[in-house]
Amino acid sequence: MSKLRLLFQKEAQAAYISHLDLLRTFQRSFARSGLELRHSQGFHPHPIISIVLPLPVGQSSDCELVDFEVTADCDGSGIAEQMNQGLPAGLHVLDCYVPQRPAGQLAQLEAEVLLDYDAGVPAEALPRLRELFARPELVTQKRTKRKDLADVDIAPLIRSIRMEEQPHQIRCLVTVQAQNPGLNPQLLERAIATHLPELTPDFVRVRRLRFLDEQGNVFR
Amino acid sequence: MDKRLERILPRVQKPARYTGGEYNAVIKDAAGVDTRIAFCFPDTYEIGMSNLGMRILYGVMNQMPGVWCQRVFAPWGDMEQEMRQASMPLFALESGEPITDFDIVAFSIGYEMAFPAVLNMLDLAGIPFHAKERTGLTPLVIAGGTAMYNPEPLADFVDLVSLGEGEEVTVELIELHRTARREGWSKERFLQAAAQLDGVYVPSLYDVTYHADGTVEAIVPREGAPAKVTKRIIHDMDKSYFPVKTIVPSTEIVQDRVTLELFRGCIRGCRFCQAGYVYRPVRNRSRDLCAQYGIEACADTGYQEMTLSSLSTSDYPQLTELCDELDAYCTEHHVNLSLPSLRADNFSMALMQRLAKGRKSGLTFAPEAGTQRLRDVINKNVTQEDLLQSCATAFAGGYNAVKLYFMLGLPTETDEDVLGIADLAARVMHTWRETASNKARGVRITVSTSWFVPKPHTAFQWEPQISKEEYRRRVKLLQEAIKTKTVTYNWHDADTSFLEAILARGDRRLGKVLETAWRKGAKLDAWEEYFSLDRWLEAFDDCGLDPHFYANRRREKDEVMPWSMISSGVTEAYLWREHEKAFAAQTTPDCRTRCNGCGANHLVGGTCDV
Repeated sequence: MSKLRLLFQKEAQAAYISHLDLLRTFQRSFARSGLELRHSQGFHPHPIISIVLPLPVGQSSDCELVDFEVTADCDGSGIAEQMNQGLPAGLHVLDCYVPQRPAGQLAQLEAEVLLDYDAGVPAEALPRLRELFARPELVTQKRTKRKDLADVDIAPLIRSIRMEEQPHQIRCLVTVQAQNPGLNPQLLERAIATHLPELTPDFVRVRRLRFLDEQGNVFR
Repeated sequence: MDKRLERILPRVQKPARYTGGEYNAVIKDAAGVDTRIAFCFPDTYEIGMSNLGMRILYGVMNQMPGVWCQRVFAPWGDMEQEMRQASMPLFALESGEPITDFDIVAFSIGYEMAFPAVLNMLDLAGIPFHAKERTGLTPLVIAGGTAMYNPEPLADFVDLVSLGEGEEVTVELIELHRTARREGWSKERFLQAAAQLDGVYVPSLYDVTYHADGTVEAIVPREGAPAKVTKRIIHDMDKSYFPVKTIVPSTEIVQDRVTLELFRGCIRGCRFCQAGYVYRPVRNRSRDLCAQYGIEACADTGYQEMTLSSLSTSDYPQLTELCDELDAYCTEHHVNLSLPSLRADNFSMALMQRLAKGRKSGLTFAPEAGTQRLRDVINKNVTQEDLLQSCATAFAGGYNAVKLYFMLGLPTETDEDVLGIADLAARVMHTWRETASNKARGVRITVSTSWFVPKPHTAFQWEPQISKEEYRRRVKLLQEAIKTKTVTYNWHDADTSFLEAILARGDRRLGKVLETAWRKGAKLDAWEEYFSLDRWLEAFDDCGLDPHFYANRRREKDEVMPWSMISSGVTEAYLWREHEKAFAAQTTPDCRTRCNGCGANHLVGGTCDV
């Protein structure tokens, strides 16, 4: 029996696969790769598999992690190649290995947030957005698990943010707190819409780039 | 990904339905493709992807060099609205391209309630509705599927209909269309040639005239089209294509498992059942091949559930042996075997032990009618003893839930038959008390009734549907007769069944009604969220037609049925004989006991392999 971790990309069409559907997709992918997952021992046994930090539907990622247990003893070598022969478009396994660190040590998330302005980036948008995200307090409405709205101050959850202007687009490179509580980078848009409504972008794309630990080292 | 689609997807429910890219979806190099086919299912992705026929024909078409068959499903209402706002035409999942200029747009239509979705999908694709408005060879709009045994309500809209099993005729049609395009034929010339293929019905080549009372006077073929079009079948199931490498959706669908087809046709001959007649004759796939396909499909897809599918799976001659043959693989790979539904007269301990080894929840039986007399009328040939014996086996084996399906409004039904349903449920309850292995868990008995819809090509095709008031009265009668709390009673609400009864036996004048109802907003009428009977009644009114003429009228023996140019292989004389025997409450034995001479044996050269 071995505990293993997959590092994978999720992008393009696969960005729309929901968390539960992704678990099912991996279970089937493991099965067709000939990997036997270890099952829980209860009355209704279920395979032991968990996604470390679920990715919101619609976002892309270069650094997703899924932990699972297989019945065989193995160090994960060869599994990535095997799985990549048959995955849905937009899913790509980068590595499979025995995890060295528990998921709890994942503390920060580095993401690219692209703000699209179809009619061109408004004048002065870049300095004004920089000012916005430098404020000591940035109260934004967030949907809670009970589906109602709650005010959260996202400023302390943003560890760093850099922005640059591109044609019809502002590119933000943001590092946010990942867990307990974490910040969904998509909320940057909500913050803009709330505090600088005239700078609300026409469309926002989020892509996770790296997970980091508390010290800023890559977590994988 | 298309920019418009990317912007729409975050706003719609279950966006993974609209992206394609699933494992085993077929992607071809467009440079080597000369025939693009939009394979449309007039319902949502979750329903369409659960359809085995769709998966078979997708595989068959994509095996053809130069042909790229791509899937298209009806968008849910939120997606449709977004697409219309963004002026985004209906697109195919594989390439993401609009289907507007595909060579062939093929619909698989399994049920009448999907008719409005056909129109809506054509409209979303920017393809003119009416066959006569489409003057070129492309896009050719074709249709197949069980609902096409009476295609007349769609006669104005589709260019041709493929009848029966499509594995061979679809290939012939594609080749003919390819030749026609290469040689620059007119659409008329192509359709006349297509009408010469066995199993192809070209509605525009038939003139229909009516009597003053609205019944059909005559159906006259033109341009050499055959007077009778007989459905196609695959003769040898061991040589027919089975989709071992099949698409694994990345989002949950209704039948999210490997569907292993054991045989086609049904030996039983239930008189209400359209599938039982039109899929004849019975053709079995050999046991070893079934096992091989099932194992290969699980291994390739990674599915850990497999259903053994057929019209009446427990009639497969070597079912327990097949389960045993699959057992080692299933155990080793954690694959659960399931059966879609069971016949109460051959459900055995041996079979039960081979199924559902882990979870034992519920079993479903369909006695269909509450008394032996009425079960004889419909030729269900299941007795009360059979049912109670099967329930006893199940309860003793640890099951604690049974679902019982019935129909209300079957021909000759009396109040006594309705009350018989309550009585049967009470007896099942009593059986549980006597046989349950674990009474502490309690028992759930669910009785469900639907409103009987007479279907074309059945022994009851001449029969009226009972009125809504009468259906409601019988529901209430049954409701009051079911006294114990252990028995839950569900009834199917009536309006959709009424429309189904209209469309199922409609003639081509209903095309107008269909179009009018669509203009008033009908689209996904198989879904309660979207169905509105008022819309349809208004449409009938606008078109000057009476819905009750179609649903609630008794037809005379010699009436020309709107679908009488179409043959399932079962003769009309046989259907009438069965009709007469029904009213005499005489049963007909199954095909394995003896041949009853339905006519379908001629489709396989005279003798069926039952």
